[in-house]
Amino acid sequence: MLSYILKRIFVGLITVFTIATLTFFGMHAVPGDPLLKGKVVNEVVRKNLEEKYGLDKPLFVQYGTFLTNMIKGDFGLSFTQQNRSVNDIIREHFPISAILGALAIIAAAIGGIIGGAIAAVKRNTMADRSIMLLVILFVSVPSFVFAALGQVLIAEIKTRVGVELLPVAGWGTFKHMILPSLILGLGTMAFLARLMRSSMLEVVHQDYIRTAKAKGVSSLQIFFRHQLRNAVLPVITFLGPAVAAITTGGFVAEIVFAIPGLGRYFVQAVQQLDYTVIMGLTVFYGAYLVFVVILVDVIYGFIDPRIRIAGA
Amino acid sequence: MDSLIHAFGLLALDMEVSMQEEKERVLTTQNEFSQDLFQKQVKSVQENLIVRPSLSYWQDALRRFAANKQSLFAFYLTNILILFSFLGPFIWTRNPSHQDLNSPSMSPNMGKPAVVVDELAPVIPLFAEIPVISTTDETSDLVTEEKAIGSVQNFKVIGFPTTQNVVLGWDYVPGASGYVIYRNEVKPEDGALGIPLGDVMEGNQISFEDAQSLEARDYFYAIVPKDADGMETTHNTVLKVQVMTAISVDSAKSLGVSSEIGTHVRLSSSPLGTDSLGRDILARLMSGGKVSLFIGIFAAVLSIIFGIILGGIAGFFGGLVDDMVMRFTDLISGLPFLLCMILLKVILNVGPGESGITALLISLVILSWTGTARLVRGQILQLRNSEFIQAARMMGAKPGYLIVRHMLPNLIGVILVTLTFQIPSAIFTEAFLSFIGLGVASPATSWGSMCNEAIQSLLTRPYEFFAPAVVISLTVLSFNLLGDGLRDALDPKLRSNE
Repeated sequence: MLSYILKRIFVGLITVFTIATLTFFGMHAVPGDPLLKGKVVNEVVRKNLEEKYGLDKPLFVQYGTFLTNMIKGDFGLSFTQQNRSVNDIIREHFPISAILGALAIIAAAIGGIIGGAIAAVKRNTMADRSIMLLVILFVSVPSFVFAALGQVLIAEIKTRVGVELLPVAGWGTFKHMILPSLILGLGTMAFLARLMRSSMLEVVHQDYIRTAKAKGVSSLQIFFRHQLRNAVLPVITFLGPAVAAITTGGFVAEIVFAIPGLGRYFVQAVQQLDYTVIMGLTVFYGAYLVFVVILVDVIYGFIDPRIRIAGA
Repeated sequence: MDSLIHAFGLLALDMEVSMQEEKERVLTTQNEFSQDLFQKQVKSVQENLIVRPSLSYWQDALRRFAANKQSLFAFYLTNILILFSFLGPFIWTRNPSHQDLNSPSMSPNMGKPAVVVDELAPVIPLFAEIPVISTTDETSDLVTEEKAIGSVQNFKVIGFPTTQNVVLGWDYVPGASGYVIYRNEVKPEDGALGIPLGDVMEGNQISFEDAQSLEARDYFYAIVPKDADGMETTHNTVLKVQVMTAISVDSAKSLGVSSEIGTHVRLSSSPLGTDSLGRDILARLMSGGKVSLFIGIFAAVLSIIFGIILGGIAGFFGGLVDDMVMRFTDLISGLPFLLCMILLKVILNVGPGESGITALLISLVILSWTGTARLVRGQILQLRNSEFIQAARMMGAKPGYLIVRHMLPNLIGVILVTLTFQIPSAIFTEAFLSFIGLGVASPATSWGSMCNEAIQSLLTRPYEFFAPAVVISLTVLSFNLLGDGLRDALDPKLRSNE
């Protein structure tokens, strides 16, 4: 097990290293002057700025400092926001994104697992068909459409009935979090529901279910004790990629609902070509996503002994 | 024993004699038989077998596909959407990037009437000549003053009522010291005449110009004369006016219609309305669709070809090559997809003013071939050891021949299914990136960037957002359903649990 974890961490580090290198050389290949954003600076100021950002050194020296700083966890200063370090941006805005993402994951996991399980148990009934219809709808309709739909709906209810169910946008109280996290989770929820359904259908035909039935275990107990528990295992492996999908999907939710999360800053930085912020946030996001996937896989190994044997 | 042999001998002799006779008989009667007396024997065995005509793999798949209503529907829908985007512009020939600032943010309409106006023409108020009253005749003077002021007669519109201005005219009411003009959007009832627009101070002024935020709709004007003390009388005259959109001479010229002042033109219709810059949404939907579908289909095809080549090499040659290719695949598929998509897009999108379509395409191909490569490798590994490949190899078939002749035909089904699932995911990615403003940039447009432009005015003009949103959803949905149907038809083994 330990060698499996170490191997995964090693591969993860290589991936992060690849992302960092790609980001660094990619951003330096983009033509344009990061210091000249529409304003003219005189020679002295320019020299000082170059020195400050280390742009006067050869590319490979810059790459070296970039890597060592990265290992130290120092992502540098923003080009467009005066005297604001990338670390500050992450520290301030990542928690918001993380809360949003965590809520979305919880909503998606609960909804997906229950929906999929019901669809499998009530197979080929109206319940199954309507759940599967919703699944294909949620998979096919982009989240920004649902986000807009939700906003319009809330605004309509407010004008027609006069009750503001939830805030249309913004961030702060728990009420603000409900709609964005639900909508952010929809796609993942649909994906997990589909997975759960097929996994559940496999479990339903297992011998131990028949044995339990023969023993006279009540059907509710069979559902919770024997079917749900066994069927949920393969679904857990997909929580890693689901975190990745929800984190990047959060960009949209943060823009539509005006949430001051990290995703919005990332998109803004890309639009403004704020090199250090792009590089820093890409590496941060990359490392975060790669290690979340590894973490989920490792946890899965602890939950399901069969994987541990195969992995070792 | 001897007698038996003898008997056989006799029999043989007898047969010989009879055959000879027969021969002679045939020879003599040869002319009695014509050719058409002979018929080919019909094999009657077949008739008793209960067999369906045997189907090839593709015939079978087609049959299964056609039996599935859902996938047929999806098939027609995808075709309609493709035709809409690629052939639509030939029917709906409006220029999608033509900005018509006369009609920004119009709701869906079927062509509004408009009138060409001279926006610089001054409007001079008209005055009536007051009949000269002889001051000497006191009685007549008294009568005039006491005479009740009647309602305004002949209340009419002078010229064309347009959104630029509405000029109202009426007949002089004897004794009136002025007039008050009201405007209402609904028919006035119970004396509710609407907003007081203006107060005409002179009794003999008989025209009034209304230029206050007029819209192309029906208005109800009311006019009330004032008595000598400047008080409003109770008489009112109501006039219903249908105001038409005004367009300036210049924009009439740019639209290619007659630019003579006063001509009635019909503005081109926008069945889906116009956006904030007055561009026709239907036309933009078509040109955006062209970009979205082009990126979706082309990126999917390219990434699948790339995947087939790499997966094929890995599976076919095996060993070290396989290891290297698969480690590379692992590395690429380990990268967070959308994040790297954004990064690559930024790196490749050199130069300002570029639409970003090529950059999107290349990034999509670079990052999304891994699934196909794994799939193809697995299939080839399976096929490599199958009997018919071994037989072909034994007969001296070369690798190229084996791949083209034996492996690809067996892979086509799987590849087709992957392709139909790859297309919607590419369209989805494009829409996502364009929506957050990192995809297709103007002047080029795509469904995603149309949504991005329209999200600002979502609550006031939702149709601008929902037109492209509905088309994206329909496209992705129909390609997904089509993929499901194709998978069920081409490979029943892969069929999802029912």
